[in-house]
Amino acid sequence: MSDRAVSLPLAVVGREASGPSGPKPRHTFSRRNIFLYGTLIVVALYYLLPLYVMIVTSLKGMPEIRLGNIFSPPLEITFEPWVKAWSQACTGLNCDGLSRGFWNSVRITVPSVILSIAIASVNGYALANWRFKGADTFFVILIVGAFIPYQVMIYPIVIILREIGLYGSLSGLVIVHSIFGMPILTLLFRNYFSSMPEELFRAARVDGAGFWGIYLRIMLPMSLPIFVVAVILQVTGIWNDFLFGVVYTRPDTYPMTVQLNNIVNSVQGVKEYNVNMAATILTGLVPLIVYFLSGKLFVRGIAAGAVKG
Amino acid sequence: MSKSERPNQLFRNLNAKVASIPMILTALVVFVGGTAWTVLYSFTNSKLLPRLNFVGLDQYYRLWSTPRWLVSIENLLIYGVLSLVFSLVIGFILAALLDQKIRFEDTFRTIFLYPFALSFIVTGLVWQWLLNPDFGIQRVVRELGWESFSFNPLYDSSIVIYGISIAALWQGTGLIMCLMLAGLRGIDDDIWKAARVDGIPMWKTYLFIIIPMMRPVFITTLVIIASGIVKVYDLVVAQTSGGPGIASEVPAKYVYDYMFSAQNLGQGFAASTMMLLSVLIVIVPWAYLEFGGRKRV
Repeated sequence: MSDRAVSLPLAVVGREASGPSGPKPRHTFSRRNIFLYGTLIVVALYYLLPLYVMIVTSLKGMPEIRLGNIFSPPLEITFEPWVKAWSQACTGLNCDGLSRGFWNSVRITVPSVILSIAIASVNGYALANWRFKGADTFFVILIVGAFIPYQVMIYPIVIILREIGLYGSLSGLVIVHSIFGMPILTLLFRNYFSSMPEELFRAARVDGAGFWGIYLRIMLPMSLPIFVVAVILQVTGIWNDFLFGVVYTRPDTYPMTVQLNNIVNSVQGVKEYNVNMAATILTGLVPLIVYFLSGKLFVRGIAAGAVKG
Repeated sequence: MSKSERPNQLFRNLNAKVASIPMILTALVVFVGGTAWTVLYSFTNSKLLPRLNFVGLDQYYRLWSTPRWLVSIENLLIYGVLSLVFSLVIGFILAALLDQKIRFEDTFRTIFLYPFALSFIVTGLVWQWLLNPDFGIQRVVRELGWESFSFNPLYDSSIVIYGISIAALWQGTGLIMCLMLAGLRGIDDDIWKAARVDGIPMWKTYLFIIIPMMRPVFITTLVIIASGIVKVYDLVVAQTSGGPGIASEVPAKYVYDYMFSAQNLGQGFAASTMMLLSVLIVIVPWAYLEFGGRKRV
């Protein structure tokens, strides 16, 4: 009698621990489920609404926008706003569209991502495996620096860049992105390299490998996932940057976000909402594609960047 | 690593030191040096160019008597409280809903998080369009028959900061949800079982057991949100450019405008130093609790 009373709960616990198995009890339309999924669907619709409105608006002609409802699907689909946003939209005197900003952003993002990750991964590696006296002090300064508002450091950097002749150029902006990406990326890499087995490093040392040898032949190939996370973090971060772009570049080297803002918020001319929305989607497209392709890795990137920061 | 050999201290581990030069330069020159430089020059009357002509606290007196700065601070406070409260509450509720072993969890999470991949500029422009009084939500509701409906935050100076907060919440709650979900997943299943055995209702379990257990997650989330609030700049530039009038100005925009448009560097430095101070007020107690406390244990 008592034996059964003990074994029953154990069996239940055991089944739950191994996850749900066997046929589920059929109560799909229970009150709880309706509430749960209903709430989630409503919230999901709310989150999707702006994206939907952006796409729908960008496919309409201006007369239809003036008459109709922003939520209604386009009666006549036109891709003209997209063409116009890409190659004809005006910022000031330039009327060559967002394409210029797009290529500027590519020319900023690609070297910035490579440079910042190269520097930060070596930093993280040095901090994890080759700690020297004082290294941790610099690391703490770096992490604390991540919380300092950028506005405090903007102007001194303007002076530094002007002194070395890079103010206003794309290379100057690449340096700025590498500097401000350093805290979070260094932390990411340091934590990752610290979690790798110490024996691996020791064995390589015994075999006579040096600082760069171990980095290039052992650490780098073994930590590809964290490099992918870092690339995702940096591509979206740098592509979406506005403040550094507007401070450290000139109108002909403006990144896409700055140019987009100038196109949409320019006071001259008739407002073409469909062109504006097409331009907005075009600017958001790169990070969105990165996001949808990377899936869980994106979450891991922001979690690693955020929780441990 | 190598304790047996003791050559010149400076050249020990030379490769690592050389490789760390960018980090050392960034830490010392940009972070420490740059911050000290800005604070120092905030006590000068620099206009177009930085000059070491000290005027004491004049820039700060002027700052705190400028209506635009006071509006900026008020806006930052409203925006800060709104984003803090709502992103924590909504983020936690969404995470709790997703944690009910539901189907399509990945789909829902992807949808809630995608705005976070978009820049503040894109976010601001979309919501500028949605809140446009002539074409946006206001007109749609009026066409449905509610003629007197009025929802025009971007052109009404008394509520414009709420319009900006809506956009910010849309963009940022996904991140908070993800952090909270990670926290919820870290809680032992046995806690739930124990609560169920004791017959504690679910909402009570969350409120009195789970949330207190997630204290560290809440604290880091709080720090992340808080440091994001102070930085808010691009969203306002894109959505309202600080308008109507100066109704939606924020401190970061004040700094930028005084440094690069109004050519009044001293004001910009003073304002940015105030921003630094406000961040320190949040960060220092947190760092003390987080790292100072650990040493005692």
